[in-house]
Amino acid sequence: MTALTAEWTAGLYLLAAVCFILALKGLSSPRTARRGNLIGAAGAVIAVATVFLSVRLDNLPWIIAAILVGSAIAAPVSRRVKMTQMPQLVALFNGVGGGAAAIVAILELAHAESPWSGLAIAFTILIGAVSFAGSAVTFAKLQELISTRPLIFPGQRWVMILVLAGAVTSGGFVVATGSLLPALLLLGLGLLSGLLLVLPVGGADVPIVISLLNAFTGLAVAASGLVLGNVLLLVAGTLVGASGTILTRAMAAAMGRSVSGIIFGAFKGGSTAGSTMISERPVRSVSAEDVAILLGYAQRVVVVPGYGLAVAQAQHTMAELATVLGEKGIEVVFGIHPVAGRMPGHMNVLLAEANVSYEVLREMDEVNPQFKTTDVVLVVGANDVVNPAAKTSPGSPIYGMPILNVSEARQVVFLKRSMRPGFAGIENELLYESQTTLLFGDAKESLTRILGAVKAL
Amino acid sequence: MNAITLLTVFVLAVFIGFEVVSKVSSTLHTPLMSGANAIHGIILVGAIIVAGSASEPWLLVTALVAVLLATINLVGGFVVTDRMLSMFGGRAAPPRRRPSGPKRPSSRTERDAL
Repeated sequence: MTALTAEWTAGLYLLAAVCFILALKGLSSPRTARRGNLIGAAGAVIAVATVFLSVRLDNLPWIIAAILVGSAIAAPVSRRVKMTQMPQLVALFNGVGGGAAAIVAILELAHAESPWSGLAIAFTILIGAVSFAGSAVTFAKLQELISTRPLIFPGQRWVMILVLAGAVTSGGFVVATGSLLPALLLLGLGLLSGLLLVLPVGGADVPIVISLLNAFTGLAVAASGLVLGNVLLLVAGTLVGASGTILTRAMAAAMGRSVSGIIFGAFKGGSTAGSTMISERPVRSVSAEDVAILLGYAQRVVVVPGYGLAVAQAQHTMAELATVLGEKGIEVVFGIHPVAGRMPGHMNVLLAEANVSYEVLREMDEVNPQFKTTDVVLVVGANDVVNPAAKTSPGSPIYGMPILNVSEARQVVFLKRSMRPGFAGIENELLYESQTTLLFGDAKESLTRILGAVKAL
Repeated sequence: MNAITLLTVFVLAVFIGFEVVSKVSSTLHTPLMSGANAIHGIILVGAIIVAGSASEPWLLVTALVAVLLATINLVGGFVVTDRMLSMFGGRAAPPRRRPSGPKRPSSRTERDAL
């Protein structure tokens, strides 16, 4: 005996599915994004309430306890995590979702009636496990628990092929026999594939892999919807799978890379390997006071922020400097590369956190034609996104990536910690050009000194 | 539910998924990824169904792990996305969509002396 009839249940699931569609739709525009996310959360609440009211559930106290514990873990972590560590957290949440889907599929194995649901179960186990293990590796890379450089060993390609062949075989046994042992084997091989898939990916490409694994988890959830005969899971999972695919392609396009090139690049030796060599070539180094004078007498300044700005926790000082310059009648805008930060759009979040107004953020296509009329470009903690090698040297790992054309400006000032190359590990020719000057030091200290000097002008 | 109905639902959902995010600006890639990430936490519904029908202790424990993981995905995903977006909304900030190009072609001759 349950509280809801089948019709009501289907109706409420439909409502939840519509909420999810509206959520994705809302998230596509800055004005409606937050409301969209709340609509999505409302959809989730409706769906969970519906399952409690429509299915006869044993073990109810245990289930509720698990949900409470899960919420008690997730909510405080999400509230406290630093914005710079956001990509890791998203990877982590994605991984546990994939793991949950794989577990659900294994437990449903006993109830599989047709070969079709056996197939859906095998698919869910494999993709869920790949997503879980892959996300764990992306987490470790972003947290720098392991090297951000591609990890490759000889014969990796053959190991990968063997593992995949083994996974397909055990998947076949799952469908044919419906027994637990091949399912567990499939789970293990799926986890191994996840590791092998993501370990060779270079640091700069990790965000795109998160997005790809996000789509994978979506597909695993959709397949588990087929297993359970639950339309909501099917719709929600498919939505995430489809939108995640598009998003992955959009992100890859913004970096001038192809998705297959990212995944399989390291196997062919064409990945973002780079070097960590420190160059000995001469550069022009200046003091904070010099930079303040340059800025104070400019008409138009473009700030190009990178991950280094966020690592130094210098967003707030940067924002204050922009305000002070603005009060002096100098036009200051921020030129945001699509992949500035550690994942696409990350920099916008970091600057928004520091209360930098939307009005002064410029996307790459918008700001690029304006560099010719710009007096000073201030590059803070960014490197690869302004590296002309992306245009000029076909052999470079970042060749083809659209960049900010800061070299067209009259003056370029780099705020750098050291001469170490960026995340992708590629030397930047722009550092040695005649219009370029460098201010070495921690971004926050440098900006504080510049700010003081500008105020004193 | 028969296979063809499920296939219909699947195909239509693919098209909706493609359509709703096809024109998203790169500014919102991170929140969108995070929001989509939260949505697949709805596997919680599946985990609850499985846990509710578990008859043996080890089945129940395994299913409860799935419930726990799915809850972390679902709750954490929506909370972290909201936190991100609350920072965007801090100021009255309508999306700029005016034609691009230099706003104020500055005459810089006087400053060239510097």
